[in-house]
Amino acid sequence: MVGIVSYGGYIPRLRLNRMAVIKAMGWFAPNLFGAAKGERSMCNWDEDSLTMAVAASQDCLMRVDKSKIDAIYMASTTMPFADRDNAGILKAALNLKDNITSADFATSMKAGTTALITALESVKGGEKHQILVAGSDNRRSKSASVQEMRFGDGAASLVVGDENVIAEFLGSYSLSYDFVDHFRGPNTKYDYNWEERWIRDEGYTKIYPEAIRGMLKKVDVNIGDITKLIYPCLIGPAHASIAKMVDANPEQVVGNMHEETGECGTAHPFVMLARELEQAKPGDKILVAGYGQGTDVMLFQVTEKINAMQSRPGISGYLSQKKVEEIYTKWLQFNELIDTEMGARAEVDNRTALSTLWRNRKLILGFVGGRCKECGTPQIPSDRICVKPGCDAIDSQEEYEFANQPAKILTFTGDNLAASLDPPAIYGMIQFDNGGRMMMDFTDCTLDDVEVGVPMKPSFRKKYVDQKRGFTGYFWKAVPQVLPEK
Amino acid sequence: MATGIKDKVAIIGMGCSKFGERWDMGAEDLIVEAFVECLKDAGIEKKDIQAAWFGTNNPELSIGTTAMPLSIALNLPNIPVTRVENACATGTEAFRGACYAVAAGVCDICLAQGVEKLKDTGYGGLPAAGGGTKLAMIAPNGTAPGNFAQLASAYRAKYKISRDDLKLAIANISWKSHENGAKNPKAHLRKPVSIETILNAPIIADPLGLYDCCGVSDGSACAIVTTPEIARDLGKKDFVSVKALQIAVSNGYETKYNEWQGDHFVTTDKAADRAYEESGIKNPRKEVSMMEVHDCFSITELVTMEDLKISSRGGAVKDVMDGFYNLDGGVPCQVDGGLKCFGHPIGASGLRMLYEMYLQLHGRAGERQLKDPKIGLTHNLGGAPFRNVCSISIIGKYTG
Repeated sequence: MVGIVSYGGYIPRLRLNRMAVIKAMGWFAPNLFGAAKGERSMCNWDEDSLTMAVAASQDCLMRVDKSKIDAIYMASTTMPFADRDNAGILKAALNLKDNITSADFATSMKAGTTALITALESVKGGEKHQILVAGSDNRRSKSASVQEMRFGDGAASLVVGDENVIAEFLGSYSLSYDFVDHFRGPNTKYDYNWEERWIRDEGYTKIYPEAIRGMLKKVDVNIGDITKLIYPCLIGPAHASIAKMVDANPEQVVGNMHEETGECGTAHPFVMLARELEQAKPGDKILVAGYGQGTDVMLFQVTEKINAMQSRPGISGYLSQKKVEEIYTKWLQFNELIDTEMGARAEVDNRTALSTLWRNRKLILGFVGGRCKECGTPQIPSDRICVKPGCDAIDSQEEYEFANQPAKILTFTGDNLAASLDPPAIYGMIQFDNGGRMMMDFTDCTLDDVEVGVPMKPSFRKKYVDQKRGFTGYFWKAVPQVLPEK
Repeated sequence: MATGIKDKVAIIGMGCSKFGERWDMGAEDLIVEAFVECLKDAGIEKKDIQAAWFGTNNPELSIGTTAMPLSIALNLPNIPVTRVENACATGTEAFRGACYAVAAGVCDICLAQGVEKLKDTGYGGLPAAGGGTKLAMIAPNGTAPGNFAQLASAYRAKYKISRDDLKLAIANISWKSHENGAKNPKAHLRKPVSIETILNAPIIADPLGLYDCCGVSDGSACAIVTTPEIARDLGKKDFVSVKALQIAVSNGYETKYNEWQGDHFVTTDKAADRAYEESGIKNPRKEVSMMEVHDCFSITELVTMEDLKISSRGGAVKDVMDGFYNLDGGVPCQVDGGLKCFGHPIGASGLRMLYEMYLQLHGRAGERQLKDPKIGLTHNLGGAPFRNVCSISIIGKYTG
């Protein structure tokens, strides 16, 4: 049986209150009032599509044997690199084995579902047995635009395979139409959009119904037998119209999540699917579609194995761990929509020594340290001579992953002198419960959230951006897990 | 069997430029300012100097690498000059090189000089570190105050002290240094400040406020050393000799092994033990007359008192609040204003500290002169609490 083996997701902790946009920009763009309900998810300043993909994939890989993953696909229209295998960075961050296929799926909102179909068919063909597919997007939009209100940032990952399948793949149906409702040129930051009424009438409400009907006909299933329909659609009224057009009841249709996150680009079908799988029951039939210059539709049937899925934060968990941001200028700052004075300290040249990065890729991207085979001491970074006083063993260290190790704060500060997009820069030493410690940046917190002893979890983040050369450097930071009693 | 440095080296001359924002002077000019005073004090001629050690920490800022800047600035007669760098211990490292050459019998008279021109960066604080290297790829986006501020979080947790109580103690440390600095014409910051002003200053790195941080300054300091025998031959009486020179360097234990609690300096603790052994000091709280310690930040000074065994573990807060380290206290500390107020041109700082101890031992410290001091201790701490170089020097009246 071929299908989904595991799922996971990630929604950034920050949610921009859409009324904050109205408060700041309503005078300028009163047309935005209609979309100003709820919150949209927003990346912290050190998050992007890659860091979210790592978090979602970590969630997805909980209790999955990583050594059996033989391909990794990343889907996004906001990849940090135009020419560097972004899926390869994801692979390195997850510390997957080296002899796997890694590939990026990009340049369309349906890149996620296309990657998923490709993965499923590859497993079906028998060449691969377990493939991780991650969808992630953090699309930029102009200030006071409709897109600013409708988009969200988020990621979700799926492992597909031929063993321990929790949702069997029943088939797929795709359409490819060069229907340009929006586009983004190679050197432009933002989407260019055509008239919404045309997009609604000629796009969503024609392409989706054609594909959904095609899917059902192909596998000979009635719409009434579908438990849930997942088809992201930016335009709320069109979303409801599509259901009507394919004779689905409103309760069969999974909501757009507009008020919780906004639409997370290529990740959105995965985000909605991952959330549905959290509550799915054996026998449920779930139809998932992705939309963008055509559409991909897939049909899955949930198996008994869903009951054995272990708990994980998942989309629901991350949705509940939110911090609502009311300061619109913070949104502008984090999304490069405002030119703030960063001070002379921010002028340092961040040219990355690529040979150093390659040599230290396990440490920097995978957060892999060492454990001394002679005395058992975990340590990061892993150096040639063991750090334990009195051990001194040379070349005795085996690889030891720190990314999922529980830790606590040993020392900390909030630094107003360091150049930061979100001062103060909070950092300190965290000590891993099972051995090892490291001085790290802290993120997703304020100074009030940290105290000696607070549990921390490593998180893959943007470390620095070399604006001059277009290079983003990544490393792991620490995130508080429980707030201290002050 | 090694017998240590005690009484093998005499300091016969010292010089120190005025520290501060020396907008009108480059590093070379500062070197000359300190050297002219030092040479006059020693009563020798430039040609008598057989070798020199030159310390500077940020050569790229102004003066360039190698030992050439010192040789050129002083127009030295092509003698051996060695450039040393060991973070904030750089000045002491230069002094150590010169002393070892004399003690080894290789040279008769040597010069140690340190300089730093920090105020050409165009912004406050120490120069920002560059990116792209392995360390920059993994280390936090931190600054010196942020690194040292973390001592406070760990110290509070270990000794169960409230933030307010610790803030008050470290405010007293800075208050005392401002009082002393005001009495020193060569100091960078010469204005007394109230405890209230210190406590209410803007936070630089929590919990350290503006007045918990030392000055970033331009300056140079130097010493001329020789053997006690030559010092006597030169007609020196009651001269000052070196009693101990110790350096301890972090080895990764603090940052990688789960033992150190982040509340003190492993290196200072060890260097202090070695320095007391080398100098024959049994009870530092009683025997050390005065100190200049590395008060880059007030919290650094607080925990250093314990590492130096002047205060007991966890006892520094009480000693500070009791005024034990004030000018009229048991062991006056930062007599010249310290890094806090005299200033901190990195490469010069170790020698600047020795300069104050030297003046005090000779009774030449003017308004801030202590009564009959016999032993002076200086201490530098370069880097961060979790990764550093510590130097400790002890000098005193020659009694050999």
